[in-house]
Amino acid sequence: MRKGLLTLAATLLLAGGATGYAVWSGGPGAAVSEPRDGSRTDLSEPGRLLVRDTATGLVRGTRTRCERFYAAAGTGVCLTVTPGAVPGTHALILDRTMREIDRIEITGIPNRARVSPSGRMISWTVFVTGDSYNENGFSTWTGIHDTRTGNTTVNMEEIPLIKDGRRYHSADVNYWGVTFASDDNRFYATVSTKGRTYLVEGDYAAWEARVLRENAECPSLSPDGAVLVYKKRMPAGAWRLHALDLTTRRETPLAETADVDDQAAWLDPRTVMYAKDGDIWAVPADGTGAPRLLMKDASSPAMT
Amino acid sequence: MYVSRTSLSRITLTVPANVLALGAVSLITDVSSEMITAVLPFYLVLSLGLTPLAFGLVDGLYFGVTALVRLAAGHAADRWQRRKLVAGLGYGLSAVCRLGLLAAGGSAALIGAVVAADRTGKGIRTAPRDALISLSAEPGRLGQAFGVHRAMDTVGAMLGPLAAFAVLHLTGAYDTVFVVSFAIAALGVLVLVLYVRDHRDTVPGPPSIRPALALLRERRWRRLCLLACGLGLVTLSDPFVYLLMQKQGGIEAAYLPLLPLATAAVYLALAVPLGRLADRAGRTPVFVAGHLTLVLVYALLAGAGPYWPVPVLLGVFYAATDGVLMAAAGPLLPAELRTSGLALLQTGQAVARMVSSVLYGAAWSFTGHVPGLVAMGAGVLVSLALWRKATR
Repeated sequence: MRKGLLTLAATLLLAGGATGYAVWSGGPGAAVSEPRDGSRTDLSEPGRLLVRDTATGLVRGTRTRCERFYAAAGTGVCLTVTPGAVPGTHALILDRTMREIDRIEITGIPNRARVSPSGRMISWTVFVTGDSYNENGFSTWTGIHDTRTGNTTVNMEEIPLIKDGRRYHSADVNYWGVTFASDDNRFYATVSTKGRTYLVEGDYAAWEARVLRENAECPSLSPDGAVLVYKKRMPAGAWRLHALDLTTRRETPLAETADVDDQAAWLDPRTVMYAKDGDIWAVPADGTGAPRLLMKDASSPAMT
Repeated sequence: MYVSRTSLSRITLTVPANVLALGAVSLITDVSSEMITAVLPFYLVLSLGLTPLAFGLVDGLYFGVTALVRLAAGHAADRWQRRKLVAGLGYGLSAVCRLGLLAAGGSAALIGAVVAADRTGKGIRTAPRDALISLSAEPGRLGQAFGVHRAMDTVGAMLGPLAAFAVLHLTGAYDTVFVVSFAIAALGVLVLVLYVRDHRDTVPGPPSIRPALALLRERRWRRLCLLACGLGLVTLSDPFVYLLMQKQGGIEAAYLPLLPLATAAVYLALAVPLGRLADRAGRTPVFVAGHLTLVLVYALLAGAGPYWPVPVLLGVFYAATDGVLMAAAGPLLPAELRTSGLALLQTGQAVARMVSSVLYGAAWSFTGHVPGLVAMGAGVLVSLALWRKATR
C-alpha cells in the first residue's frame, strides 16, 4: 500500500515537473512576430538576401515557414516536414511573390535545398531513416525537379556513375548537395560509397555522372561557373570549407577554420556565406581575409 | 471483458511477480528510450543543422567499449551478488542521459557521447535483468517468463514513438520531449527500486573472473555459446532486411518506418505463446524452427519475393529465439555466476551480429545481394546441424 502511494506520488510529481517545464519553456518565446503587412518579397529582384529565421522557422520578411529554403531568379524552394513515424515531407515550389505554385511529396528529413541560377532546376536532399546499413545510420535521398518540363527524380541514386573511366556499380551509393550551372544541365554533387565521399560532375540531359575527386561534400558553384566551394573532411574529423578552381584544378582552403556543416551559398561573385553555430557567416572564396558575422540567428541564406 | 480478465489473472498466477515487475520496468524504460530514438534524427537535422551521417562512423568504436562494459557489469553483479543494484545503475545512467541531451546543446561531439553513455547503460542492465528473470521463475516456466518480459518490453517500444510525436506536436519543442522522456525513465527506476526483488546467493570467493571463464569448460554451456555466436554471424540485421525489401521489392520509402512496426507487433503477439510452447515442447525445437523462419526470410529476399511476409516472419523469428535462448541458457549456469554467464553469451552474440553486418555490407557491395544471403542461409543450417550432432 505504501509502495502504491509512493509510486502514485512520484508519478504525479514527475508528470507535474514535465508539464511545468513544457509550459515554462514554451511560454514567452513561442510568440511569433508576424511580418509587417504590406511588406512584399520579390524573388526576382536582384541583390536581396533572404534567410530563414532560426527561432520562428519563417523566411524573414515573409509568412512562409520552411525547414530549408533557397531562391534564385524569381523561383523559391521551401522544404517542410511534419515529424512523425512516417514524416510528411514536401518540397514547395514558390513563385516570385512566394506563392506556392507546385508541391512535391518527398520522404525524409530535409537537409539541403537549391535552385539553379536561372530559377529552372530545383534540387534537394533529405535523410531517410530505417534505410541504412547501420542501425543508427542514415541514408540520403537527393531529388531534382525541372520546373519547365515538370519532370521529377525523387532519388537520383540510379544515375549511371563513371569512376576511374569505368561504370561504377554499388548498392550503397548515396548522393547529396546538388548545385546546378547556369546552363541548367551541368551539375555537381557529392556521392558516398564504401565509406568515402567523392565530388561528381553530372549531365542532366544525358543522365550520367562522373567522379572528379575524392573528399568534397555539398559543392556550391560560383555565379561565373569557375569555382566550386565545398566542405572537405579534415583528418581530425571536422569539415573545412575549400575552393576548387575548375580550370586549374587547384584547391584552396578558405579562411574559415571552424567546423562547417552546410552547403555554402554565394553572397557575391567573390564571397560565400554559410550557417555556423546558429548564425550566418561570410568569408572570401579565395582563401584570403577572415570570416565575418552576416546575420544572427538565421540559416538557409540565399542571394537573389 | 470477463474473458480478458480471466486470462489476465491466469498469467498473474503463473508468472512470478518479480518477472512482471521487471517487465513493467522494461516497458516504462522502452517508452522513454524509443521516444528519443524516434525524435533524435529530426532534432539533429532540423533543430541543430547537423549531418547525422557522421554518427554512424564512430559507432564501431562505441560498440567495443559497450561490449567491455557489459562483461564488467555482469562480473560485478555476480561478484557482489548485487544484480538489482547493477541493473539499477544501468537504468539510472540511461535516465540521466535524457537530461544530458539538453545539456549537450548543439555540440555533435557531446551528443555522440550522450548517445554512447545511453547505450552503455543499456549494456550494463541487460545481463543482470535477464539473470534476475531466470532466477525468479521455475526452470520449467522460463520460456513463458521471458516471453512475458519481451512482450511487455515491445509494448513500451511501440508506445515510445507515439508518445514522442504527441509531445512534439503539442509543444513543438524537442527539449520538452527530452524532459518528458527523463520523467518516464525516472519512473522506471523507481518501479525497479520499489517492486523488483533482488536475488542473492553466497558470494563466490575472491574477486576473479576465473569462475565465469571456467564455465566455458562445461560442454553444454560452451556449445550453446558457440551456437549463439555462430548463428549471430549469419543473422542478417534488421536494417539490411528492410533495405533489401525496399531496393528489391520496391517498397516506397514512406512506408519503411512501418516495417519494424509490423515485426514488433508480431513479436508482441507471439512472444508469450511461443515461450509457453518452448516450455512444453522443448526449447530446442522452437529455437530451431525460429531459425528456419529466418532461412525462409533469406529465401524470399534472394528469390524476388513475395516480400509482404518478410516483416511478419522476422517477428516470428525473434519471438521463437530471443527469449527462448535466454530461457535455455539460464538453467545451464549456476545461480551465483548467472549474470556473468549471460553477459558473456549476449556480448558474444552482439559482437557476432556486428561482424555479420560488416561482412554482409561488403558482400552486397561487391557481389550483389544474393550470394551473401545464400551463404548466410547455408550458415544457419550448418550451425544448427553441427549443434544437433554435438548434442546428440
